[in-house]
Amino acid sequence: MPLRKTQPGKIARLIARKLAAIAALVLLGGLLSATLVRLAPGFDADERELDPGLNAESVRALRQSRAGEHNILSFYAGYLRGAIHGDLGTSHALGQPVQSLLRERWPVTVRVVGIGLLLAWLLASTLAFTACLWRRPAYEILGTTVSGAFLCIPAAVLALLSVILNAPGYLAIALIVFPKIYRYSRNLLAKAYTLPHITAARARGLGELRILAWHVLPVAGPQMIALAGITVSIALGASIPVEALCGLPGIGQLAWQAALSRDLPLLVNLTVLVTLVTLLANSGADVMIYMLRPREA
Amino acid sequence: MNTTGRRALLRFLVCFVLVSLALTGAAFSQSGGELRFCLRSEPKTFDPLLVDDDSSLAIRYLTGGVLVRANRKTQDLEPELAESWKVSKDGKEITFKLRRGITFSDSSPFSSEDVAFTMQRLMDPALHSSTGDAFRSGSGAVSTKIIAPDLIAIIFPAPLAGLDRLFDQVAIMSAHSPKKEAAVLGPFLVAEYKAGSSVLLRRNPNYWKKDSQGRRLPYLDSIRLDIQSNREVEMLRFKRGELDLINVLDSDYFDRLAASSPGLAHDAGASLDSDFMWFNQVASAPIPEYKRAWFRSANFRRAISQAINREDLSRVVFNGHAQPAVGPVSPANKFWFNSRLKAEPYRPEAALKRLQADGFRMQNRALFDKVGNAVEFSIVTNAGSKPRERMAVMVQEDLGKIGIKVNVVTLDFPSLIERISQKFNYEAAMLGFRNVDLDPNGQMNIWLSSAENHAWNPQQKSPETAWEAEIDRLMRAQASTADPKKRKESFDRVQEIAAEQTPFIYLVNQNALSAVSSAVEGANPGILSPQTFWNAERLTVNASTRASR
Amino acid sequence: MQHERMSAARKLACVVVVAVCAVSLAANWLAPSGYAKQFREAASAPPSHQHLLGTDEVGRDRFARVLYGTRISLLLAPAAALVSTVLAALVGGLAGYLGGIWLRLARGFTDLFLSLPWLFLLITVRALLPLNVSPLASVLITFLILGLLGWAASARVLSTSADALRNSDFILQARASGLHGPRLFLVHVLPNLKPVLCAQFWISIPVFILSEANLGILGLGVAEPLPSWGSLLRELEGLISFREEPWRLVPLLLLIVVMTSFQMLLSNEEVTA
Repeated sequence: MPLRKTQPGKIARLIARKLAAIAALVLLGGLLSATLVRLAPGFDADERELDPGLNAESVRALRQSRAGEHNILSFYAGYLRGAIHGDLGTSHALGQPVQSLLRERWPVTVRVVGIGLLLAWLLASTLAFTACLWRRPAYEILGTTVSGAFLCIPAAVLALLSVILNAPGYLAIALIVFPKIYRYSRNLLAKAYTLPHITAARARGLGELRILAWHVLPVAGPQMIALAGITVSIALGASIPVEALCGLPGIGQLAWQAALSRDLPLLVNLTVLVTLVTLLANSGADVMIYMLRPREA
Repeated sequence: MNTTGRRALLRFLVCFVLVSLALTGAAFSQSGGELRFCLRSEPKTFDPLLVDDDSSLAIRYLTGGVLVRANRKTQDLEPELAESWKVSKDGKEITFKLRRGITFSDSSPFSSEDVAFTMQRLMDPALHSSTGDAFRSGSGAVSTKIIAPDLIAIIFPAPLAGLDRLFDQVAIMSAHSPKKEAAVLGPFLVAEYKAGSSVLLRRNPNYWKKDSQGRRLPYLDSIRLDIQSNREVEMLRFKRGELDLINVLDSDYFDRLAASSPGLAHDAGASLDSDFMWFNQVASAPIPEYKRAWFRSANFRRAISQAINREDLSRVVFNGHAQPAVGPVSPANKFWFNSRLKAEPYRPEAALKRLQADGFRMQNRALFDKVGNAVEFSIVTNAGSKPRERMAVMVQEDLGKIGIKVNVVTLDFPSLIERISQKFNYEAAMLGFRNVDLDPNGQMNIWLSSAENHAWNPQQKSPETAWEAEIDRLMRAQASTADPKKRKESFDRVQEIAAEQTPFIYLVNQNALSAVSSAVEGANPGILSPQTFWNAERLTVNASTRASR
Repeated sequence: MQHERMSAARKLACVVVVAVCAVSLAANWLAPSGYAKQFREAASAPPSHQHLLGTDEVGRDRFARVLYGTRISLLLAPAAALVSTVLAALVGGLAGYLGGIWLRLARGFTDLFLSLPWLFLLITVRALLPLNVSPLASVLITFLILGLLGWAASARVLSTSADALRNSDFILQARASGLHGPRLFLVHVLPNLKPVLCAQFWISIPVFILSEANLGILGLGVAEPLPSWGSLLRELEGLISFREEPWRLVPLLLLIVVMTSFQMLLSNEEVTA
């Protein structure tokens, strides 16, 4: 069935609706994450309290330093007010304005996660398509074993391996993410192959490659695009241990430090950023699926 | 010019070029290279008066100029920016005679005004740091008297024990320089800081110190500090030659390094650090009343201490690079350690007898108290320290042998701190002390019953037990006199009471382990922090040795 | 012939899984010393007659720990994976099937769920549990939470699948023939969501096994001295000694073999169709 484009007006309305939803969800996400951080025990606690060199007043002052963040709603309102003017707050742990921290670091993460994700899709697709085109059980088992192997190796170990072998960080991310892509796409493609028109196409004598490109992929396509959307989220999660261990000064490393020290301003900003990226990726996938779907009869 | 003249000129030129090359070569070989090692955490501040964490301390040590320096090897107090000093008889006043002709890194002059400015800033009640708090012995203002540009007296409201040593921690800041804390008097200055990544220190061109041959110190051109908390990665990079030092080495890595490259791993002997556990004795703690009764019994605590096999802990967890701990002071602290005391030997039968005296009894290989409750408690400790987790597991097994069920709970640090110092909803805790001061005055806030860090029962309005009252009296006594013999008598008695009452069950004193690459010349690792780079101004890195590794 | 090879592989996979389960259940006889006993004279020892896989850093028999750890991880991780799969089917599948506002709400909710820092919820959960919680309760709660948190990613993909199905021919046909509501969903929609559901189930098992070990940092997960595969795999982080201690890899190899076998059993799509 040939794919047809839908009317531009409908798409524009869809995108506008999605953007509004994204804005609302991002704001909500920031508030929820601030609440989660605030309610978790240890919010007020600082390592320095255990230092016997500090006297009673100093410890009291230490505990008071976070008093301004106790009321989450007022903190969040203040944060939003500042954000409108471009001031995203100051990080407790690093003592620097969040805006400059994010600006310095996001290119590193974009590079590592972007290349890692592309590589992961490349690896997964190669394995999946190989299994599809040459229909031997050996390829199936090979794909399962390889992807299973990398799935079972802890992310920290893969990151350490890449440090040992002097491999770039994006390789570690690719190895962490590709097993998931492989499994989903292999299952989706396998399912698509069971549809009746595939047998018919084979009977007509079409080659495997043709069948894959023109008959299987369009069916599995929408779900693969949705998969692509969520792999962004998965890769961002994988970037945290990889950046921390490989010494890459990106957002993942920042997230790890912020979580350890309950750095509320930094955590809220990072959540907002991650929510934004996740929503954009998934909504982008939705829009693409909508645009590529065949017109209803 | 004729040919002979031209040949002579040519010869002269060649000689000239060769000689100048040789001279520049010699000048180059004097350049000390770049030293590289890791900081285990992000430095929290570059303001020398606010420094509290290890990484900031390291940077302060390398960049700050101090009036007197405690030599990390000999433990003697040596003159630095001060040529000489005098402490008054009553211990309230100290006078420093400063060196002349010294400038800050930005060429602004150094004089007693800067010392006065630093002290005033340090004593500002709004400023909270352990450096400043060490000087806050009594209420009242600290005054400074500038007698001359090179002579200054500092007067305290109450006498301070070990007053002169405290100035090893005070890095002098400039009173007038527009660069504020960026103008330093130490051998290096902060050239670059990439948050979360690295700190680059460069040689301070105006550093005043010269070596015995008159050469300007430091020899090193720069020091690169990478921020890396993972020890595996640090070890990898050291083995690959990307790092020159590991300041504090884990015992696992020590043995592997000693096996592969014996000269690089250094064991300087027992350090001042200790690992210990304690029981929650807070009256208002949200723990069952019967457990509180156990923990408040000195017999119970002593029995637990006897039931723990410290030799095994040293041998298994630290591969022999640790010693059973005796008390609050490590035997490495030669002057202050009470040599009459010994580490508690492993005697589970004696422990059981002690417990039976308190009414506990064994039934089906489990211990029950006199009311019939099964003896079970939890030990909280922080995650991320493999040695401590292993010690907790071994203590769990040891106590299991006398019928006590121990649950090991590893928590993230903020949750742990909230439990042990704010909410007190814990039963037993296991932690360690690092970078301990030689002088027991640094432990004042641990032993005073009214203090914050009196871990088992902090901030008591008045001492709840007779022995805590006695310790309060002794600690105050040792703080109020300058006579070292009298101080030692008082603190010896504190150590004896701590051994009898065991509020802390001291486990081990780890050895000071470090790694130094063969490219570094002049290193002499010790036990006092900073173990490997305490003499950073005299270290050099031989680039060719590094390249050939 | 390829069909036969596949079912031979499937039979082998079955045998492997049953063997692993049997061996772990027989741990009491195969490893009588138990998982907690510390042979302190032989800490970090290489394999020997007494300790088939050597000992760990405090002298506990690694073979025993692998066997006992299998019981916990191999039982609870698939259970948690099932929980997360069911949740994903409910949220993603149902929303896609219902369409319209439900789909949009579910997608928004799922996206938000994916982005929040759940680490702090886990820390809070630990604080709410008593310190002396029994090891069994601790590990059950941990895997339950993992299951409750792990559904979001595949729910997103499922919503797309279900959405596509909603308007497909054979669903319209089924509706036309009188099938409605839950029956329609369970009988016709859910089976077509199987590829994604199976993939999620299979991926979640090792992910949960590894996550449980990471949660040890927060005080959740398996309490000492109970072993779990996650904690055994964390031993791999000391990679430097890898070459000299290759027996540390055995838990990893075992897990890979088991996962591969699981997948062989799960996949009933005929590859050669």
